[in-house]
Amino acid sequence: MHPVLRAILYRAAQALLVALLVGVLTFLMMQSLPGDMAFRIAAGRYGYDAVNAQAAEAVRLELGLDRPALEAFGAWFLDLMRLDFGTSVISGAPVMDEIRHQLGASLQLALAALALSLLIGPPLGILAGLRAGGWLDRALLVVSTALRSVPQFLMGLILIVLVSIQLGWLPAAGYGRAEHFILPALTLALGLAAVSARIARDAMAAVAASPHYAFGRWKGLSEWQLLRRHGLRNIGVAMVTYLGLQFAMLVEGVVVIESIFGWPGIGHALVHAIFGRDVPMVQGTALLLGLGFVALNAMIDLTARWIDPRNPDSRRQG
Amino acid sequence: MQRLLAPAALAALLSPVLPAALHAGDGVLDVVAPFEIKGADPVASGSIFIKMDIAETLVNADAEGRLIPGLALDWQPTDDGLEWRFRLRDDVLFHDGTPFTAEAAARALDVARAKPGLLETAPITEIAAEDGALVIRLSEPFAPLPAFLSEYRSLIYAPAAYAEDGSVSEVIGTGAYRVTRLEAPLRLEAEAFADHWDGAPAIERATYQAVGRAETRALLAESGDADYVFNLDPASVARLSGRDDVSVLSVSVPRSLLIKVNAGHPALSEPEARRALSLAIDRAGLAEAILRYPAAADQILPPSVSDWHSDTVEPLAHDPQAARNLLAELGWAEGPDGILTRDGERFSLTLTTYPDRPELPLSAAVLQQMFADIGVEVVIDSTNSSEIPVRHGDGTLDIALIARNFALVPDPVGTFLTDYAPTGDWGAMNWDSAEFADLIRGLARGEGGQAERDRAIDILQTELPVIPVAWYQQTAAVSAGITGAVVDPYERTIGLRQIRWAE
Repeated sequence: MHPVLRAILYRAAQALLVALLVGVLTFLMMQSLPGDMAFRIAAGRYGYDAVNAQAAEAVRLELGLDRPALEAFGAWFLDLMRLDFGTSVISGAPVMDEIRHQLGASLQLALAALALSLLIGPPLGILAGLRAGGWLDRALLVVSTALRSVPQFLMGLILIVLVSIQLGWLPAAGYGRAEHFILPALTLALGLAAVSARIARDAMAAVAASPHYAFGRWKGLSEWQLLRRHGLRNIGVAMVTYLGLQFAMLVEGVVVIESIFGWPGIGHALVHAIFGRDVPMVQGTALLLGLGFVALNAMIDLTARWIDPRNPDSRRQG
Repeated sequence: MQRLLAPAALAALLSPVLPAALHAGDGVLDVVAPFEIKGADPVASGSIFIKMDIAETLVNADAEGRLIPGLALDWQPTDDGLEWRFRLRDDVLFHDGTPFTAEAAARALDVARAKPGLLETAPITEIAAEDGALVIRLSEPFAPLPAFLSEYRSLIYAPAAYAEDGSVSEVIGTGAYRVTRLEAPLRLEAEAFADHWDGAPAIERATYQAVGRAETRALLAESGDADYVFNLDPASVARLSGRDDVSVLSVSVPRSLLIKVNAGHPALSEPEARRALSLAIDRAGLAEAILRYPAAADQILPPSVSDWHSDTVEPLAHDPQAARNLLAELGWAEGPDGILTRDGERFSLTLTTYPDRPELPLSAAVLQQMFADIGVEVVIDSTNSSEIPVRHGDGTLDIALIARNFALVPDPVGTFLTDYAPTGDWGAMNWDSAEFADLIRGLARGEGGQAERDRAIDILQTELPVIPVAWYQQTAAVSAGITGAVVDPYERTIGLRQIRWAE
């Protein structure tokens, strides 16, 4: 079997297993959470001013919460087989719509942050790695350590105060227009760039110190040709693998930034869904996130395989 | 320093691509508040659609809580009080272009009353459309009915908004603004509705953004991104008050910080024990330290709710020594660890509260200290708000710290009825005052007046089924770029329809 096909089949099997595990685990976890589910849902729906025993009773009746748990799980699983995620017990909207909006918003923000961090981190890292020990390298070490050590919420607040309040250039928070992306994405990107710059720097320094790089220089290639032909591809594998990891962390970890910037993200949605015992929403979100990570891993594998000069697939194209 | 310079440098790099002052004067009125949009259903998020002037109720309330016409022009009960007739405006269109009729109002209210809410608790037997008027029939006289119809859950959508089973998937109101984009949970966009019965509003476009963090809301006011910001935290009020381009409005609201007491608890069943707890509380200190405004409650409702604030009751006081004496008279004596004991039982209580309002757990911690001072041990359990009705129901609640809104309808009698006549999930527990319940039910039927209300407050003050701690204020930051915004003590409106851009 072709190795690429085999890799894809392997990931597909993994996806199926993840779906099953996530479904069962989220269901068991939601069942084992403390408190009366009808009351928690009523509080999530109507708020603390209006939650009371009547509201909870109405919720219990409406959602049939008295039926056995296993029956509820069976119903969810059958719906899932038909690609139906059900409706949120809090908002009454289809879970798929809610996830599309909120996971979509998180993905957009994560992608923007990643793109921005790519513009900042790796170029600086490569420059620093080419002259390991130079002033840029030393300065970058200080700056990236500093950036990495600032907690994200603090970085977010610093940026808001500086850019929105002092300079008045960008909206302080909010959602809906292109300029709303910049501050939250930048907040995330600075933290990411701090690390990706270090990774790029180390990989570049290793490549630049290697004999084949020196040989390239002897045969008369300019520094730019040398970097393009023998440098970028070499550090690419490390970068792609690391970027994949970063992206996964981003989608999960933007909750704080989402809450500071009033961004409608999936982290926020998931937390509220758990508080409100919105089981279909929790199951749907966990499932999509799980599958998303499998897909992401598959993509990283394939990309790394394609970039890696030692790989037979890429040699054919190279 | 590099930490500070790096973002500044990056922002400087980005600046050429951004038009200056994007957010100021963009012709859109931006409202920011902590309340998330749960969906189109009035039961879930009606209060937001009322605030944004998207949907309307039959009856409105002014800043004093007096009922004024909304979609209904006037209303009248029959002599026996069993039938109310609401005459409706005949020049009203829904946002989908269909006319507002008595049938549409009846449909909307029937859906509302089938769902959990205040309307469900009113003694309504039938809602009908007759001769273009809306007729509501009751099983017994019920004076607060018009007030109930001013609540957000009683708002009127077009018939097309409701599915057969009463679920609501679309917002089709009659308000001065109509939704152009609804992105639950955080954002909605609206534009002026040209065919509004009161004429199109001055401001063309408005947005609503839910922002959960108080710091962010204050920053949005400070940066000029938001024109009207709801619910400021105490620290931000101080900071924003110093600015010229933002004014901070605040008003006393009929919401009280209360300790709900299980009067059936062995240690709390004597009124003297509850009075001792009340005497232990330094209300002025707590309000100043946590709410940061002078809001110590000396009875259940503030003077701004004039009908339900009694000038004759003896104000609640702070006197820890008197509290200790009261408890000693009840047979409590200090145990080896400083906590009072009686017949081998320690005076130890679990206080249930919820973090949805950040001041609650903080206040709970302060109360814990104050009660420890008179030898009462308190264990704080900060959990989901629904645990309070749950523990009320199964009898496991000792005490709870709650922020109760008495103005879900502008007439607090509705809240007293559900919470104290005789008990309620968010009011009295294992407390039964036949006199109080009779007074309140009488007032609800439209019988009695100020003397009866004063007597009712006096009963609460002496028996303390709940211990009042503080009165809330509502604060809002309003941009100098607009005029006409109001802070409504009943938290219904922001006056959006009357707001204009400042000259």
